Amino acid sequence: MRLILHIWRQRNAAETGRMVRYEAPDVNPDMSFLEMLDVLNEGLIAKGEDPVAFDHDCREGICGMCGFMINGVAHGPLRGATICQLHMRHFRDGQELYLEPWRARAFPVIRDLVVNRSAFDRLIAAGGFISVSTGSAPDGNAILVPKESADRAMDAAACIGCGACVAMCPNASASLFLGAKIAHLGLLPQGQPERAGRVQKMVRQSLQERFGSCTNIGECEAVCPKEIKLEVIARMHRDFLKAAWSGHSAD
Amino acid sequence: MELNSKTPTGPIETRWDRHRFSLKLVNPANKRKHTVIVVGTGLAGGSAAATLAELGYNIKCFCFQDSPRRAHSIAAQGGINAAKNYHNDGDSVYRLFYDTVKGGDFRSRESNVYRLAQISVNIIDQCVAQGVPFAREYSGYLDNRSFGGAQVSRTFYARGQTGQQLLLGAYQALERQTAAGRVQMFPRTEMLDLIVIDGQARGIVTRNLVTGAVESHIADAVVLGTGGYGNVYYLSTNAKGSNATAIWRAHKRGALFANPCYTQIHPTCIPVSGDYQSKLTLMSESLRNDGRVWVPVKKGDHRAPSTIPENERDYYLERRYPSFGNLVPRDVASRNSKAVCDEGRGVGETGLAVYLDFRDAIERLGAHVIKERYGNLFDMYERITGENPYTVPMRIYPAIHYTMGGLWVDYNLMSTIPGLYVIGEGNFSDHGANRLGASALMQGLADGYFVLPNTIGDYLASHRFDAVEAGHPAVREAESQVARVTRRLLDAKGSRSVDSFHRELGKLMWDYCGMSRTAGGLQEALSKIPGLRDRFWSEVKVLGNGEELNQSLEKAGRVADFFELAELICIDALHRNESCGGHFREEYQTPDGEAAREDNACSYVAAWEYRGAGVAPELHQEPLYFEYVHPSQRSYK
Repeated sequence: MRLILHIWRQRNAAETGRMVRYEAPDVNPDMSFLEMLDVLNEGLIAKGEDPVAFDHDCREGICGMCGFMINGVAHGPLRGATICQLHMRHFRDGQELYLEPWRARAFPVIRDLVVNRSAFDRLIAAGGFISVSTGSAPDGNAILVPKESADRAMDAAACIGCGACVAMCPNASASLFLGAKIAHLGLLPQGQPERAGRVQKMVRQSLQERFGSCTNIGECEAVCPKEIKLEVIARMHRDFLKAAWSGHSAD
Repeated sequence: MELNSKTPTGPIETRWDRHRFSLKLVNPANKRKHTVIVVGTGLAGGSAAATLAELGYNIKCFCFQDSPRRAHSIAAQGGINAAKNYHNDGDSVYRLFYDTVKGGDFRSRESNVYRLAQISVNIIDQCVAQGVPFAREYSGYLDNRSFGGAQVSRTFYARGQTGQQLLLGAYQALERQTAAGRVQMFPRTEMLDLIVIDGQARGIVTRNLVTGAVESHIADAVVLGTGGYGNVYYLSTNAKGSNATAIWRAHKRGALFANPCYTQIHPTCIPVSGDYQSKLTLMSESLRNDGRVWVPVKKGDHRAPSTIPENERDYYLERRYPSFGNLVPRDVASRNSKAVCDEGRGVGETGLAVYLDFRDAIERLGAHVIKERYGNLFDMYERITGENPYTVPMRIYPAIHYTMGGLWVDYNLMSTIPGLYVIGEGNFSDHGANRLGASALMQGLADGYFVLPNTIGDYLASHRFDAVEAGHPAVREAESQVARVTRRLLDAKGSRSVDSFHRELGKLMWDYCGMSRTAGGLQEALSKIPGLRDRFWSEVKVLGNGEELNQSLEKAGRVADFFELAELICIDALHRNESCGGHFREEYQTPDGEAAREDNACSYVAAWEYRGAGVAPELHQEPLYFEYVHPSQRSYK
């Protein structure tokens, strides 16, 4: 099949970018989307043009490195999948596709479809952990975790930190990402001692990183490749209010 | 060079305890005065960086990905072994030790493996405390499963994402230390050389992948947790970025490379579908519990699988291995798939695949049970291939998955360069010639959380570290070496892309040094690699410049190293005149086609010394002694 691609090209953070039109004349429906771009890049290199830069690594949907917008949708049209798991059989012959990087103030463009998501690391550093130094842990079975809590914690912990939720949100809010980590740790007994401080510190950091606020639109849930549910955001809000009412201070 | 493994002697149960007691300690007040570089943030590097920072050391940590959370450990599906014996089913530290030595086909150090089995129980405790959401029973206790043919249930798991959850635990511990100011993190930064001063590893040269800036970082010790080298083969289950550059350039600076020919091939991967294929996806081994592997009896039988009658199907694993059947170990299953495809009985468009059929299991148990057990895997298969495995048998084929070889390290995990430590898949240590399922995660975390943080103190406490000026000749030399390689790649201005060379090298390695090897084939590969490598250097086309994000340039540097490593892998495979674990030499097999070890001649670690470009590497042998587990022939008949 043949595709028309309009791809955002931007040499670096300082320069302005623009959409450039390419043709992908010989696309095999069994290719993954990134393999289609590999082939496009081989063609560009042969012609002496700079290949399109895009982030990717594991190509099996778990590392969270890949991701960009296809026709305005983060990770493209297939639900519950990252772009590396999206295959060309989901597109029509002759279709026109617009590829753009994640757009958010907190995720500046580095080059073409590559953005800087270090803000996510700083959110985790603000409190997305349980403070246990190596060696001080009791026997694993000394901490009982009800199966339902473990399962729900795992649902939230499945987040791969790709940033699709932020990119799709009209407010560029990181609430689904934050909520996922707060729910994961807050659902487990190990996470209780730091629960109130954690939510306050992480939310404060998110404001500093200039992520927007959540207005319950739900675009994040719709595009999340790991299908993290909106309820994690409600949970985060509840934890935040509880911490504030109980007079807990983040410091 | 004398290889001193520093392995303790005496009763194996107390070796690690006694050894730890003999190690010197660094005064707590002095720890912050020591800077340690950690390269790589997977299970080994991430856990080591976090733990060393907790101890009070000053850490500089590097990864090429955009975040330390993305290292390829994240892709491990199955689980992590630990000798907890929570099931009271006869497991013990000794049994895990025994299974691992035997599974490694008697090519690992007993002392290391015993320590690994001992530490396995602490790892689970640590990860639970960090909030890793391991699977639980209804009672709230930890759940276990039996995995990879083990006869006890010792595998802990978090759905099909155990690696992800363990890595996020280590990552969060690392971020906690970053916030505390004890770790300085350098993402999107690649190590391109090791700085060795007066025989000691004192730093690294890096390239900032965004700006292209080449910088030197000085420290008192350097730790490499940079993973394996499966991508030599181009197509593997590794991440696209996984590379051997850090360990290879350290090798060229004097670190010996051990057992490079031990490569593990995983039997259940989704087959190659076309020339554009960029990587191979693993389907969990657990599928072989219910799926039956077969190919048509007749050669070139292109009928749809459902129309092939029962008597024209060859369930070759069940036929050849009646007691283990479809559950034979990875290496045996892989070799048999290759054999039937080589006979012309492979299926699918390329003929390089076998069926993994769930028809009988669905009839016996119902589709809903199969969906419950493997639903997510079936979905993944369908997403990639567009075929529904509930109605059409899966097509699978083996793929390169893990490399047991790596830089040689002693019992303290130190390489032959003082002050250079290697942990995780990057070293050669614990798996011998074959790694058992659910053991990679265990080893990475054992090294990072519990072994290295103890052993590195001994080195730091017993050496002097003079200040290194930025203009030190060794630093300048390493920097100019990096600049020279970059310039050479950019200046080649040839006509072929980096990937096209990488594919060609990978194909060559897969054909001659893949699942089974012959002296003739390896000699053929060794005669072809240098020519291909020369063509790479003269014909490669890398556009752009070195002062920007340039993904072709990154790849080119890694592929240049793969070309050199590929040659060493073949040399090692040719010199090892036996079959063992992941190394199968067709000349060395039993009358019924199984791997035949040569214990009298080959019971040693082959550690190779780099002697310069175009010069044959020098072999050093570390003999292996088996005092507890006596070498025997593996049998799965």
